[in-house]
Amino acid sequence: MQNDLSRLISYGEAIREALHQAMNLNDKVIIIGEGVPDPKAIFGTTEGLLDRFGSSRVFDMPLAENGMTGICIGAALGGLRPVMVHQRIDFLMLAMDQIVNNAAKWFYTFNGQASVPLVIRCIVGRGWGQGPQHSQSLQSLFAHIPGLKVILPAMGYDAKGMMNAAIADNNPVIIIEHRWLFNIQDNVPEHYYISSLEGARVIRQGNDITIAAFSYMVIEALKVAKVFANFGVSIEVLDMRVASPLDNASVLKSIRKTGLLLVLDTGWITAGLASEIVASAAENGFELLKKPPQRIGLPPHPCPTSPDLAKNYYPDSLTIMNRIFKMLDKNMESNLEEIKDLLAPNGAHDQPHINFQGPF
Amino acid sequence: MKLTINNQKLLWQSMTRIRRTEEIIAERYREQQMRCPTHLCIGQEAIPVGVSAALNADDMVFSNHRAHGHYLAKGGNLPALIAELYGRSLGCCGGRGGSMHLIDISARFMGATPIVGGTVPLAVGTSWASLLQGKKTISVAYFGDGCFEEGVMHESMNFAAAHSLPVLFVCENNGYAVYTGLDKRQPDRSIANIAHAHGWQTYSGDGNNVEEVTKIARQAADNARQGNGPQFMEFSTFRWMEHCGPGNDDHLNYRPNGALVSWQKRCPIARLRRTLEALPNFEIGWFDQVTNEINYEIKQAFEFALASPVADEKSAGIHVYAE
Repeated sequence: MQNDLSRLISYGEAIREALHQAMNLNDKVIIIGEGVPDPKAIFGTTEGLLDRFGSSRVFDMPLAENGMTGICIGAALGGLRPVMVHQRIDFLMLAMDQIVNNAAKWFYTFNGQASVPLVIRCIVGRGWGQGPQHSQSLQSLFAHIPGLKVILPAMGYDAKGMMNAAIADNNPVIIIEHRWLFNIQDNVPEHYYISSLEGARVIRQGNDITIAAFSYMVIEALKVAKVFANFGVSIEVLDMRVASPLDNASVLKSIRKTGLLLVLDTGWITAGLASEIVASAAENGFELLKKPPQRIGLPPHPCPTSPDLAKNYYPDSLTIMNRIFKMLDKNMESNLEEIKDLLAPNGAHDQPHINFQGPF
Repeated sequence: MKLTINNQKLLWQSMTRIRRTEEIIAERYREQQMRCPTHLCIGQEAIPVGVSAALNADDMVFSNHRAHGHYLAKGGNLPALIAELYGRSLGCCGGRGGSMHLIDISARFMGATPIVGGTVPLAVGTSWASLLQGKKTISVAYFGDGCFEEGVMHESMNFAAAHSLPVLFVCENNGYAVYTGLDKRQPDRSIANIAHAHGWQTYSGDGNNVEEVTKIARQAADNARQGNGPQFMEFSTFRWMEHCGPGNDDHLNYRPNGALVSWQKRCPIARLRRTLEALPNFEIGWFDQVTNEINYEIKQAFEFALASPVADEKSAGIHVYAE
């Protein structure tokens, strides 16, 4: 038998495969969103669902995010397992009432008598002028609310496994998909499987410094870790995977070994996930830390559209490199230029890879 | 379809049960042991009673902050309601909800919550789920004239019409959102006409005439069951008590002088009593007999509630997530 893990598919394909398998497995699963059955099929992730499962399970949606979230909560209370899709997370701001006041609180308020099995997929945009309202990374807003599960798969393996787990879960789950992950390949088994909706994963072992990263920043962290390994610096990379419940214990375990913590988030720093992890590390592992823990996230202003204005908006592997230099005792000035060359982006700062053609 | 005498008696009994429950809650609320915001529906009993008379046991109902009448009329458990007001463990939410969050799934009272408009799309959603799963049940959302101003209302109406869903909307138009009159919030046009423009079948009626409410609701429910899509009922009515709490707020002068008294003269319970009394050979003693039975049931419910164990503070953190 061929090793199932040897198959390489993209993150976007992994999501599509999960949706097909989850809908095939359980006829209570329905999917709805603006553009779900349209020719572009949410960047290809919902392709083929309408043909396969029909118009009583696959729906386009009126432009009514709050009402439709409530309607999907009702459908969940009525025995279905709805999956909602939003092409940008920014549109979820219209649905905050239903998400925060109803979905998150129904099971608790009614003393465990009725739960809301609802999956909300939402995509974070970046680059090519996504600008102030199409590029936000709002995971911390949702992570703040008890009763929601908030997940950010970074790897294709998790994109499929966590999507399947979210659909099988009896709680409202918000799955945040970064647009720059969609074309990245990963080893993804073909069969149906679920990945846990809890816990970070150590995706690269190391001894000198811990990088805890969310979503696309995991990709940047891995790139940095590989390069630094050539210069005798061993970086441990934690794919945090989940914003709620946050796995502070895995971070603590790692800093017990490394003594240094750098947290990377795709969102803003203020009141964000990086702050939460650093606060927890300081509270529970102060004596383990050799240096003050560090956070990297977005600067405290909205994302501008112009590529000239947005040039320095997103932290990248060079930002991470500079911060690591400051954290390490080791003087690496002599390696600086060489490391910089190895980390240099292979495309413009506002596109995910060199072959990318706008818009998206 | 004409109402039988037995129908009429049940309507009177159900309205009186709600009225007496609310009156006794108001009396006992002053003891300061029901420590939650409580919105009484005295004066508005005919609407939930008339609508519930058109529903089957497995039809699903959603409600709002002023929910006691909707809950009781649908068959919600009375002792569990009272225990919930006292925050006790045997309350319908185990003390997690209070007056503004009620549920009785066995009675298919699916939930009441206080964010205005919050449950309106949920009723649409359960009706959608029924339709998609080939079930015959219909769903009901109760809301007020203020809720009609919420965006989610129109989002819900749009989808329900587009998918021809078996859902009933019941607008209890009592003319006020807290202390603000309808004329300060909406233009001079009919609420029901807006629903009509959304593609709904609409009905308007006197919300203080339980027989009229029942007839309209039966027609609307039949239409929804027959696959004729969503149905919108608007009933005029009036709140007698203060917006929130056990007292009267007429002294605040936010309503025209005499409006309360004139609406109290249109009491839905007194009106039906007059109708029944006018029937030949109607046994007048029946009213007292039924009222006594209701008073006894309510007394028992309060005893149950106050004998219920207090909610365990250690359980405050459970049920955040379902298994």
